[in-house]
Amino acid sequence: MSDFTPTEMMTIAAARALSNDDVCFVGIGAPSAACNVARLTHAPDITLIYESGTVGTKPDVLPLSIGDGELCDTALFTVSVPEMFRYWLQGGRITTGFLGGAQIDRFANLNTTVVGPYDHPKVRLPGGGGAPEIASNCGRIFITMALSKRGFVEKLPFITSMGHGEGGDHRERLGMKTKGPTRVITDLCILEPDPQTKELTVVSIHPGVTREQIVENCGWAIKFADQVIETPAPTDLELTTLRDINARTKKAHQGKKEAA
Amino acid sequence: MAKIVSLAEAVGDNVRDGDTVAMEGFTHLIPYAAGHEVIRQGRKDLYLVRMTPDILYDQLIGVGAARGMKFSWGGNPGVGSLHRFRDAVENQWPRPLEIEEHSHAAMANAYEAGAANLPFAALRGYIGADLPKVNPNIKSVTCPFTGEVLAAVPAIRPDVTIIHAQRADRKGNVLIEGIVGVQKEAVLAAKRSIVTVEEIVDELNPPSPNSLVLPSWAVTSVAHVPGGAFPSYAHGYYPRSNAFYIGWDEIARDRDSFTAWIKENVLDSRPEDFAKHAGSRPAKAA
Repeated sequence: MSDFTPTEMMTIAAARALSNDDVCFVGIGAPSAACNVARLTHAPDITLIYESGTVGTKPDVLPLSIGDGELCDTALFTVSVPEMFRYWLQGGRITTGFLGGAQIDRFANLNTTVVGPYDHPKVRLPGGGGAPEIASNCGRIFITMALSKRGFVEKLPFITSMGHGEGGDHRERLGMKTKGPTRVITDLCILEPDPQTKELTVVSIHPGVTREQIVENCGWAIKFADQVIETPAPTDLELTTLRDINARTKKAHQGKKEAA
Repeated sequence: MAKIVSLAEAVGDNVRDGDTVAMEGFTHLIPYAAGHEVIRQGRKDLYLVRMTPDILYDQLIGVGAARGMKFSWGGNPGVGSLHRFRDAVENQWPRPLEIEEHSHAAMANAYEAGAANLPFAALRGYIGADLPKVNPNIKSVTCPFTGEVLAAVPAIRPDVTIIHAQRADRKGNVLIEGIVGVQKEAVLAAKRSIVTVEEIVDELNPPSPNSLVLPSWAVTSVAHVPGGAFPSYAHGYYPRSNAFYIGWDEIARDRDSFTAWIKENVLDSRPEDFAKHAGSRPAKAA
């Protein structure tokens, strides 16, 4: 099974970032796919938490929303939303947060609020939801986003959730004790913050992708680490698992077009 | 003691023009039937509050019932934008919408503060984020014991909170199960409350002594509206219609198709029309 799409490579590379010991706060969409592929392959005992209150959930199909019944049905337990944010997230019980976003900058700050001025936005996006506090209160953050000039921008119009701020020791200066974004997984490559400057740097390139493609698709002058490796291609097990869950999910969500 | 009344009476008695109204439900148990009754009764100048305004608030905004909204995430989950919300913010159609935006953590804490009769909530939040620059209701407070600077937001105290739940007994005690969201806090924070329920039973038969129950004396009105959470869901009764949420994107994208949908499915419709979505009653509740 050698053929795979860039999105499949991204999801599988993101899944590999997780381990059995992770207690993971899962965002909807690509993060949810990655976390469940991890659970169904190399990390069967990973704890997945969704902000609707479900703890230790094992969905058979990926949820369309953050609170699908599937999440509660398969969870170890379910708590209220205030408890989720106060005891479990702010209480420091979650090792890893998994986020996506509309835009990201070179220090892994994320925007999901507005494009253009806040009072007169060109595009009004959904907003932060849980992200501002997930970004500061989880032990570390993984981010998954397709690499594009629209998404990877030189300057964000709005910082919804802080990554490494202005870089360097900015997080420590604001009193944060968590690591912040430690890895950004795209459809072309994997980025990690430089240990000193905290600027996102390419550390791994997916099979068949060139450095030129990466440079062309990033909105800032992207840097490469001294040692760049090639991301291992998806295994048969990883691909089969992802495709199976995607097929189950598509079938489950289509149903009858009742609104139409 | 909660009064058990029709949905029309519940809304007529409790929701007034200009009110601050919270219709809560975190994906689960969203009170669609009650929201539609608010539209049918022509309430206007409402200030809407909700953590995750989804299609129901898109509809209230689209018909021009809202003057403002306090929220933390305004989208169609897993699908994309709320087009009526965006049209109001980006183009002031059908009227301008004043927004006050927070994070989920802040909204959850603010409801809890309201339920606890406190003036504000403190949280370790918004660090390094831009929202405090555009929302004057996000301030800071210094801990008198440690000196740590924390975010502070005002308590939420709605005039009326509306929620949907699985069942009530004949006295008006209400049982909620599954994803319970922020409903308990939103009801206890409000001056008045409406709970619509899937069924009214002789005995609540809670599944465990620690089940989430809102006692009759903490609720204003209860109305029997089977299927009243559709297209969201009622755990144990019927599933979320993800197909409806996907299909809504096309309807809401266009002002005319939205208006036609509202006329046919809300204005020319009745609460009883929700009953067909109610599904079968689970054996354990029989």
